[in-house]
Amino acid sequence: MREPRDYDDIPGTYVFDAEQYRKGYHLNMFCMSLNKVESRDQFRKDEAAYLDRFPMTAEQRQAVLDRDWLQMLRLGGNIYYTYKIAASDGLSFQHVGAAMSGGGGMSLAEFRQMMLDGGRPIDGNRSRGEQRYG
Amino acid sequence: MAVARLMVIAAGVNKDMARIIAGIGTSHIPAIGAAVDNGKTGEAYWQPLMNGIKPAREWMKNTRPDVCIIVYNDHASAFSLESISTFSIGVGDVFPPADEGYGPRKVPVVEGHSELAWHIAESLILDEFDMTMVNDMPVDHGLTVPLTIMYDQPDAWPCKVIPLSVNVVQYPQPTGNRCYMLGKAIRRAVESFGDDLTVAVFGTGGMSHQLQGERAGVINRDYDLKWLDKLVNDPESITGINHTEYMRETGSEGIELIMWLIMRGAMAANINEVYRFDHVPVSNTHYGLTILENRL
Repeated sequence: MREPRDYDDIPGTYVFDAEQYRKGYHLNMFCMSLNKVESRDQFRKDEAAYLDRFPMTAEQRQAVLDRDWLQMLRLGGNIYYTYKIAASDGLSFQHVGAAMSGGGGMSLAEFRQMMLDGGRPIDGNRSRGEQRYG
Repeated sequence: MAVARLMVIAAGVNKDMARIIAGIGTSHIPAIGAAVDNGKTGEAYWQPLMNGIKPAREWMKNTRPDVCIIVYNDHASAFSLESISTFSIGVGDVFPPADEGYGPRKVPVVEGHSELAWHIAESLILDEFDMTMVNDMPVDHGLTVPLTIMYDQPDAWPCKVIPLSVNVVQYPQPTGNRCYMLGKAIRRAVESFGDDLTVAVFGTGGMSHQLQGERAGVINRDYDLKWLDKLVNDPESITGINHTEYMRETGSEGIELIMWLIMRGAMAANINEVYRFDHVPVSNTHYGLTILENRL
């Protein structure tokens, strides 16, 4: 484990640093493969068989099958990579953002309304000490 | 014409050399590309943005730069975790739109300017910016959405494009100061190219947004607008902002703003901001747009 860093204090944020890179390499490279239409077709046809091609951990694999977006980030996923799974499912960044919100998730309508109202407020969300997400 | 020519000479600009005439800062939100490509811009949601970018499109029609250097980031399209370059320059003749996981955008292929791109690459490296030169490179929304914003839907893009890709995905991204200094080196490079070309530099990405984690959706418009004022009038006062401050204040993806510092570094010290527009929300993002002109 690396030494603590000042950005560890930012709440609800997974900074994609060397530690995350090393943890999530194969998960993210699986996601990268979805840039090809043939790969997306094969993945959709038999997800488990397709995932067998990548040396991911059992937990990473399960997170993909469950579409557990936060869990993927905890296991080293990077949002630009994991979003490719969502895109393949026909979901927008707002769907994924809603699902990750606050930990417990929000409905898409609630998330969209929050954005229309000016976004998630920065006040209260700068540091873990003042964390509230909402 | 004669008067304009005289003014150029008076300002000490050599007409026979390439020169940077403008800088454009714009977010590169993929949803804008999707809305334009799928004919959704008539929807109420898109009206504020479409009205806000109209004057920028008018300005672009009148300004018509020969070449646009577009500073952007690749989002796991041409590049992946296999190999991460901090600064890359596209030196090829043509860059096709990338398939980012949902099929390539139906936009014209991007035509490069190989000769100028190689000149810039050589000049930058001799100036101690160690660029990666890339020939085969599909370009994703980071580059094509800014073109859509400025040019709408032409049959062919009306300018040559030099893609300049910055790693903003893997921590640590280059510092703001390094980006600003790279911009200055780009200016020296362009101005030493012996061809009568007008060049615009785009800085893209931002403004505040966070796509990931429990804090997804965070927006900090006040911070963004103060930052933008500084970018225009006193850029050296913001080159020292560190990674943690960007991520904390503007969201984890807001750190893309460092790419606007490359654009600003490529401009003169004193510039005119001829247009500015911003809007919350566009998808999960605070959309920002600024157009800067060098004073002649």
